[in-house]
Amino acid sequence: MKSDTRKVLLITPSVVVAKGLESIFGDLGEFEVAGILPDVGHASESRLRNMEADVIIIDPTVFSYPDRKNGRSWLADNSNAAAVALQTTLTDDEILRQYDESISLFDAPTTIIRKLRTALEGRQETPKSEGEELSGREKEILVCVAKGMLNKEIADQFNISIYTVITHRKNITRKTGIKTVAGLTVYALLNNLIDVNSFE
Amino acid sequence: MKKHQNDPDARLLTGNMKLADLLDLNYNLLGVLTRTGLRFGFGDETVEEACRKCGVNAQTFLLICKVYTFAGYMPSSNVLRTADLRDIVGYLHQSHSYYMDIALHELADSIERMLAPCDDRHKKVIWRFFTAYKEELSEHFRYEEEVVFPYVLGILDHVENKDFAIIQYEENHTNVEEKLGDLKNIIMKYLPKECDDRQISVVLFNLYLLEMDLEKHTAIEDDILIPMVNRLEDHEK
Repeated sequence: MKSDTRKVLLITPSVVVAKGLESIFGDLGEFEVAGILPDVGHASESRLRNMEADVIIIDPTVFSYPDRKNGRSWLADNSNAAAVALQTTLTDDEILRQYDESISLFDAPTTIIRKLRTALEGRQETPKSEGEELSGREKEILVCVAKGMLNKEIADQFNISIYTVITHRKNITRKTGIKTVAGLTVYALLNNLIDVNSFE
Repeated sequence: MKKHQNDPDARLLTGNMKLADLLDLNYNLLGVLTRTGLRFGFGDETVEEACRKCGVNAQTFLLICKVYTFAGYMPSSNVLRTADLRDIVGYLHQSHSYYMDIALHELADSIERMLAPCDDRHKKVIWRFFTAYKEELSEHFRYEEEVVFPYVLGILDHVENKDFAIIQYEENHTNVEEKLGDLKNIIMKYLPKECDDRQISVVLFNLYLLEMDLEKHTAIEDDILIPMVNRLEDHEK
């Protein structure tokens, strides 16, 4: 197997669809299926977190109807892979727009590959983080995390995308070695990034 | 870490070796010894003799010792057949008591000594984190003590329980190591300069010891308890 093969995670309840995509990737190369999740339940969530996928292909109907519009941010909370919607039924445009691309059951195999490539290319806004010291922006975001703000709220405050927030958070954890919100709060307090007295 | 079966090294631990030699081989087994119910003063007894005197299943004891001694040790299903599930549950239960009643207390004492020179605000911040960790761990153990272990012992007594299966435990076996890792990093890297270096090392040593022990504890749950229960569940069907 080539090492530059992109890893794809499928989230679909349909074995037929999963096998179909697997066989397309098998024929055309470049992508390979690294995992298949049948739903977005609790167990799938933890598997998603532990999986290093480059692209996720997801059937938005795995989310219940009211949750569907938050599907993309649920994925972003658990993975920073590009996300491609797989249309198996008529899907609201608003839902599809959240995703980096969308493919349909009737797309030709080469079209699917092309769309996956586009989705990956569209995801290069990753903030680069050099050195081991926290940058100014990272410190600002750390303070928000320590105060208990959600990714969405932080994104709104700094006018950046939720994915950028997640990347900053990953860099913060990599640099400090601290993973939990409670731990980051202790870090922020000990380093006087937040005032201990104001925090109660 | 690669998991491997029938590691040739694992065969070095046998019932015929002297218990003293076993402990000499890996002093991390000291905790296992007391938690399984073996007592010091065993003289030159072999593992089997010492176990027999204290009413401990030697095969189970050796199995636990192997998990502690060989990284990534995965017992084969044949080895699992020789272990006693009741003893495994008993051991896990003893370990829970040890963590909550002894290890965490010792850790807390050492943290208190370490933080003595700090100002109150910093003390409070670290204590709050430690307390949250303790509660998380205690919650994790409580679920095992109140749901998982009674279920396992129930199967052994052929009590039917339609509401629970070990797969639920397997899927929800949460990770309790994250906060411990954070605590280690905070203490090693970010404590105020007033803290005494000697006291910091004592705390770190305690943390490493606890981390290692919890890691092995989880391995016993994942690689011994769950497969043994899986097999029993298949039998019951």
